[in-house]
Amino acid sequence: MVAVAGLDLTVGAGECFGLLGPNGAGKTTTIEILEGLTTPDSGDVEILGTPWREGAAGRALRERLGIQLQETQLADKLTVTETLALFRSFYQQSHTVDEVLALVELEEKRNARVVTLSGGQKQRLAVACALVSKPELLFLDEPTTGLDPQSRRQLWEIIRRFRAAGGTVLLTTHYMEEAERLCDRVAIMDHGKVIALGTPQELIATLGAEHVVDFALIGAVPEGLIEGLRGMSGVTAARDGSGGLSLTVTELHRTLPALLAELQRKNLELASLTTHHATLDDVFVALTGRQLRDT
Amino acid sequence: MFQLALARMREFYREPEAVFWVFGFPIVLAFALGLAFRNTGPGALQIGVAAGPGDSTLAATLDSSPRLVAAVLDSATARTRLRTGRIALLVIPGEPIVYRYDSTRTESGLARLEADEVLQRARGRRDLVAIRDDRTTAPGSRYIDFLIPGLLGMNLLGSGIWGVGFSVVQARQKKLLKRYMATPMKRSHYLLSFILSRLVFLILEVVALVGFGWLLFHVAVRGSFLTLAGITILGAFAFAGLGLLVASRAKTIEGVSGLMNLVMLPMWILSGTFFSYSRFPDAMIPFVKALPLTALNDALRAVMIDGAALTTLGAPIAIVVAWGAVSFAVALKIFRWR
Repeated sequence: MVAVAGLDLTVGAGECFGLLGPNGAGKTTTIEILEGLTTPDSGDVEILGTPWREGAAGRALRERLGIQLQETQLADKLTVTETLALFRSFYQQSHTVDEVLALVELEEKRNARVVTLSGGQKQRLAVACALVSKPELLFLDEPTTGLDPQSRRQLWEIIRRFRAAGGTVLLTTHYMEEAERLCDRVAIMDHGKVIALGTPQELIATLGAEHVVDFALIGAVPEGLIEGLRGMSGVTAARDGSGGLSLTVTELHRTLPALLAELQRKNLELASLTTHHATLDDVFVALTGRQLRDT
Repeated sequence: MFQLALARMREFYREPEAVFWVFGFPIVLAFALGLAFRNTGPGALQIGVAAGPGDSTLAATLDSSPRLVAAVLDSATARTRLRTGRIALLVIPGEPIVYRYDSTRTESGLARLEADEVLQRARGRRDLVAIRDDRTTAPGSRYIDFLIPGLLGMNLLGSGIWGVGFSVVQARQKKLLKRYMATPMKRSHYLLSFILSRLVFLILEVVALVGFGWLLFHVAVRGSFLTLAGITILGAFAFAGLGLLVASRAKTIEGVSGLMNLVMLPMWILSGTFFSYSRFPDAMIPFVKALPLTALNDALRAVMIDGAALTTLGAPIAIVVAWGAVSFAVALKIFRWR
């Protein structure tokens, strides 16, 4: 089975690059190929200017990387300090345990066993194990999946600080908001292919409009309504999705009154209406016709 | 590697169950078996006298022997007790006196001899030759002397295979192995860390079991302690290697448990832990002797009971080392790192 095909990416030094996509899009396969954990069937990978090699050359390259894997569960019975001391021992150059504890703000948990940590703390410890090697390049595979908003923001802060110190980051996520906030450039993946690549602003700009209007009607959507709405001035796209209808518009203040007038003329009653600034989510919907969350 | 071994040890001693199975269980087992098979010799034998004319006189005569306890029983009770082994012999008064017993049972044979001796002497039999009893109990010939080295071998096997197998598979299942692969850690260091941490616990295991045997049952080590230490270290290496081999591919704890039992169960039975393997048919003996636990048990017994020197133990040691080296090499080759 081919999980990922025809990927051609370059990540520059000092950049934060995001691989975005729904579950099963091939993000983890891609990042694990880059990490040298999975051997690709074909193609070339160069990390920090060197291809992956077995043995001493590969280990020398690993000295310069920090890696957090999606599914790793660290040993339950060890304490935070012991876990970090263990990972530290694998590297020739590394932060001290205290330094890395400070980086991820886990000082007060230093003597707690891993099993007693919360989800957010465990994730910060996993990132700490990646940071302990003083990496030039940090790989993070869905670092914030399943975390509460506060823990997520703490992790974002850790990533920002790492970048401020000159580090390069490659991360995967299925939260478009996370990518918008953290990443200089993103590649949107779906079914093992990159379907869009650029800065978050560039990608949103491809929608041709800045605002999205989502609304639902009481009763069935009449024939021809979508086509009619598409013809309205300022509307760049109209879509009938699972949760209701969705318009992408350039000028909200002009299009919204026109939309309401049109619905009233056709005697259609609104069940709900919301508007928001266009996001990467909308880019994904525009490209695939699916909501990111549906998949 | 030191840190890896340290982590291994911490994970172990923070698991109270594991500590019990490795240290407590063999000692409990040795204690129970040592009590059950302690060499006090045969105690007083229970025998019955069937109800009939002169039964109580007969019972009194028999009872006067310190090695017999006789009671008058009605025929139904006597039959059940004889069948269930609660009496070793039934004496039926009359002319002639009848001894009823199961000749395949050792204590029945003893009871018959003793009862006959008592009755014949009571009727005036005299010794024709002067005799003198010279009772000896040779140290090293008791069951507990046989058992302790066997338990030591079994413990080395169990803790090697369990200790290594479970942690490897658990690390693989939790994707921890994969995480280690993402670091510059040397693979051989990971595998060697198991052997290193085994070595530390090995010392504790041996001291606990041998110390226990010595304190409670006066099981002495007749050979040199250095030889004993050398053999246990080789045994621990071999079984850690075997444990790595067993765990080299398995992806789940259930899967590896089955494999472990497959490896250990035959050895528990065949390798002479609880009873001598010479009871097996001759055709099986070469096969049994080729098992690592058999070789280890033989070597341990030779040192502890016979006080053998290392130089005389070439064959069993070669078998143990060969098992260890081959399984370690194969494990390294086929190990699934993710």
